[in-house]
Formats: sequence, structure tokens, C-alpha cells
Amino acid sequence: MKGMSLIVKTVTRWIKGFIFLFGIYIVLTGHLSPGGGFAGGVILASSFILLTLAFGKEVALSKLSKNMASELDSIGALMFLTIALLGMCCGGAFFVNFLHRSHPGEAFRLLSAGNIMLYNIAIGIKVGASLFMVFVIISAIKVVLKDDAMKMIRHK
Amino acid sequence: MSIIPLFVAIPLASAFLIPMFSKRIRVFSDIFANVTTFILCVMSLGVIGRNAVYTVGLWKPPVGIAMALDGWSVLLLVTVNSISFCATVFSIKYMEQYTSKLRYYSLFLLMVAGMNGVVLSGDLFNLYVFLEIASIASYALVGFGCQHDELEASFKYLVLGSVASTFILLGVAVGYSLTGTLNMADISARLPHDSSTFIFMASCFILGFGLKAALVPFHAWLPDAHPSAPAPISAMLSGVLIKAIGVYALIRLIFNIFGLTPVLSHILLFFGTASMVIGVFLAIGQWDMKRLFAYHSISQIGYVMLGFGLATPLGILGAIFHLMNHAVFKGLLFLTAGSVEYNIHTRQLEEMGGLRERMPVTGFTSLVASMSIAGIPPLNGFWSKLIIIIACVQSGHYIFGLWAAFVSLMTLASFLKVQKFAFFGELKEHNKGVREVPVGMCLSMMILALLCVGMGLLLVPSVRAQLLDPAVASLLRGTEYAAWILSKG
Repeated sequence: MKGMSLIVKTVTRWIKGFIFLFGIYIVLTGHLSPGGGFAGGVILASSFILLTLAFGKEVALSKLSKNMASELDSIGALMFLTIALLGMCCGGAFFVNFLHRSHPGEAFRLLSAGNIMLYNIAIGIKVGASLFMVFVIISAIKVVLKDDAMKMIRHK
Repeated sequence: MSIIPLFVAIPLASAFLIPMFSKRIRVFSDIFANVTTFILCVMSLGVIGRNAVYTVGLWKPPVGIAMALDGWSVLLLVTVNSISFCATVFSIKYMEQYTSKLRYYSLFLLMVAGMNGVVLSGDLFNLYVFLEIASIASYALVGFGCQHDELEASFKYLVLGSVASTFILLGVAVGYSLTGTLNMADISARLPHDSSTFIFMASCFILGFGLKAALVPFHAWLPDAHPSAPAPISAMLSGVLIKAIGVYALIRLIFNIFGLTPVLSHILLFFGTASMVIGVFLAIGQWDMKRLFAYHSISQIGYVMLGFGLATPLGILGAIFHLMNHAVFKGLLFLTAGSVEYNIHTRQLEEMGGLRERMPVTGFTSLVASMSIAGIPPLNGFWSKLIIIIACVQSGHYIFGLWAAFVSLMTLASFLKVQKFAFFGELKEHNKGVREVPVGMCLSMMILALLCVGMGLLLVPSVRAQLLDPAVASLLRGTEYAAWILSKG
């Protein structure tokens, strides 16, 4: 049987969605409460890591393949950079918070900080995808000592 | 609209675009990386002679993050971006030997983005972040071949590099506790120079950046890391990385933030001379071609530090000019070593010999670079060493001048050794079938060789007023740098 025991699997099945949802919540309310893109991204990645631990790598990779994670990684970074560059076009300088100028919103509401929420979303995608990638790659490659030389062995 | 942030944004954008789009079309990564570095190179030539402070997000300093462009930054920008263009042109064919070219280009451009960021940043913490981007990309690039030696060198570099980064971060933290600000100009304005905390902070920075710049007591990682990397990366590491994240940052802090004191000047003189002398003695006995070049990097950085330590206008001019020259000829030397390795798959000098007949372009460009680093007139290395030695004599530091002249002789000796064993002499039997490297690689070596010959012209007064004089002036104004940033922002 792949993965861990039935108890772990059942609990994981119940809570994986909630962990993911909590990650999204932390990302979206980054400008109002502790947390933000990085912390939320780590929580998003940890829901996939939990899946890997409980069910084995195949199940986790079927939900988010390595290619997809790599693309998301690049997309997150590019999204962040695009918003920063849009500040140059719409606001006159790199990283200008142009959305806040046109739609200031009511303080302490979800839509109140302009670009900051978009930055947090971009960071969340980037951190979530790349942390999951790091975990998968570390678990996929094993370094062994063979005849006084290190060899990297790729697990199937 | 100012183009200053684009120096960071463009390489960062293409670093992430390359892995997204070039999975299917292989050639896309080559085109994209070369176009990017070419654009950066043109842009850096375009900002020559300009002075500007850029407020990120329109938040004025000292509250917001500032990017500052002055003579000293422009000089480094030109150096970094032109060498990186030559290195990417060289990479097109050279990196065919390795798998996963797109990851290589991606890391390469991240490193360029980091270096451009360090050079432009006017905020101490941002400087640290960019420095880490450049360093982490370079750790991965050193181990790119994934062989035993390369991974070992990369790990050693990673550990020592992280120690350096930790000291720099500690310095930033201490500076923040001392002044309550991270903006470099504001720190400079508020720094209490007589407190012992200041001395602790300055020591942290000197240790950290000294490790990044591989000054002599902290040089242990360099002779492993630089030879193990692929040739274009060795050229980047030795040519520009140790300067952008080591020398540039240290000199900026000492001259413009702390203000140069006699103690700091003596520290620079001591480290400079020690690196210069010990580096060359370690180099001359090496039989691994790239390792020999790597030890010479330590030695040449010693010259640069010596020039800065003199703190006279002439000394600084010599140091700055030598820094540019070293980037060009050391970049070229590593590329020629890469060409030799590309053909005969070894770096050992004993196994070469007579390669000049079979590889005329590589042989000739390597000769130019060797003569240049050894200080043969009229090549560029001669002028900058001459200026440094004259500056030593003028300021009464005769002993340092003598050491500089002596090290130059030793450099000549070790490069005669390289030329004799690698390119002149008898062609070995197993090297009879060797052919010249592909056109792209030859082209980038020829560009750098031309620069070696022509860069002496930068000293012509009207040209000097464009590039070198503003750099000297921006360092010599000392802590007035703070007033300049705060007034412009």
C-alpha cells in the first residue's frame, strides 16, 4: 500500500481542502492582518506536501504536475513584475500603487490597499509552487557515496 | 520616464520568460538571452554621464526606497552588462555540452539582475537582497555540471558565501539599530562615528564584503569555485561578480557612507597588498589553467584595493580603471580556457602544447589577454597598473609601489608559463585533430581582445571626462553623497 496508514489518509482527505482554503485566506488578507503572500504561499504548498506524505508522490503530482508547478512559478514572478511595471505606465514610477489612487476603498476592508493584494496573490502563487517543487525535487533525488565519489540517483 | 529600474526588471522578466516559452522551441532561449543582454549593454552605454535618483513607488527617501545612479554605478553597469553580453554570445555553442540550457540562461539572467540591482540600490537592505539573488544564482551555476568536483566547489562556495551574507545582514541589522533607518544616505547622515557599535558594524561589512570579493584572508572559496563553473560563468564570476557584489559595495560603503578614515584606508591598503602578493605566489605554481587564472583574480583585486586604499584622486582613478580592465582581460582569459577545454577536454597545462597552430583565434586572443594582465604596453593592463604605481609613489607609499611592480613581474612570469605550455611549444600527438572553436565563441573572444587593445583610449582626457572622471568624483565627494540623494529624491 502506497503512503501512510488509513487514519492519516482519512484525516488528510478531510482537512486538505481546509488547509488550502486557509492559505488563500492568508494570501488575500495579507494587507490587513499578519501573513501575506509568502506565509500564505507556504501554507498552500504545505497542503500539497501533506498530500505527498499521506498518499505518496503520484497522487500529489496528479493534482499539480511538475511542469505545471514550474509554469506557475514563472507566472507568479512575471505577474509581480508586470504589476510593478504597470505602475511605471499608469502611475509614473516603478511600483506605484496606481489602483489605490483611483479606487482608495474604505480602510480595513478587503479591497482597500490597491495593488498590495495583487502583489500578495502573485507572491502566493510563486512561493506555493516553488516550495512544492523544492519538496518534490528533494524527494526525487538521492545523493549516495559510491567509490569515493558522489552520485546523484533519480528515483522513479 | 527614467530607465533606471529597467536594468533590474528586464533581466528578471526574461529570466522567467525563458523557462516558460523555450521548452518546445529550443533556439528561443539562445535568442532571448542574447537579445536581453544586448539591450542591457546598449542601455548601460546610454546612461553614461548621467546622474539620477529614482524614487521607487514615488515614496521619497528616506522613507521610500531609492535607486541612485552616479558615476561609480554607471561604470559598474557598463562593465557588468558588456561582459555579460560577451558571455552569452560565448554560451550559445559552449553550453551545448551541458543539458538544460534554458535553466542555465535563467540563472544567468537572475545573476545579472542581482548585480545590476546591487549597483543601483540606494537602500542597504535592498542591496542585501539583490546581493543574495546574485549569490544564490551563482552557487547554482558553479555546480551546473553536477560532477563530483563541481558539486564540492559549489558547496564550499555556498557555505562561505552564506557566512559572508550572514555577516552583511548582521551589519545591516546593527546599522538599523544604530540609526533607525535603512536608506544609505540617511544612515550616512545619522551615523555616530565614535561609538564602538559603529566599529562593530564596519567590521561586519568589511568581513562580509571582503569574503564576497575574495580578499586574501577570506579567499579560500574562489580557487575552487571559479574553475569549476562552465567557462562563461567563470568569466562572469571572476570578471564582474566579485566586483559588483564585493568591491563595489565595500567601496561605496567606505567612501560614501562611513567616510574614509585613515584606519579604513590602512585596512584597504593592507588587504590589497596581501591579496596582491599572496595571490600571485599561489598562482604561479598551478598547473590547472583555470585555477591559475582564478588565483590571479585574487591578485588583481589586490591591485584594485591598493588603489582605493591610497585614496588620492590618481589612486582611485587607477583602481577604477584597473577594475574595468580586469573584467575584460580576465573574462577573455576564462573564455579562452573554455575554448581549450571545449576542444581537448582538459584544463591541465601539461597535456596542452602547440595549440596555437590548431586554434589561431584562441591562441592570439589568449596572448593579448596574457600580455594585458601582465602589463605589457600598450595594452589596457599596463596603463592601469602604471597609474596605481605612480599614485603609490606620489603619495609616499614607496614600499607598496615596489610590491605592485614586483607582483606585475610575477604575473608576467606565470602568464609566460601559460603561453609556453598551452599555446607555444610542440603540438602533442593526441591534439593533432583539434580544430578552432565555432564562430560565435571566436566572435565574443575577439570583441574582448579588441577591448583589451583599445581600452587604453579611455584615458584620453575628453573620453575620460565621460566615464572615469565622474566615477572618481562620485567617490571623492565622500559623505556628501547623502546630501545629494536626500536633495534629489
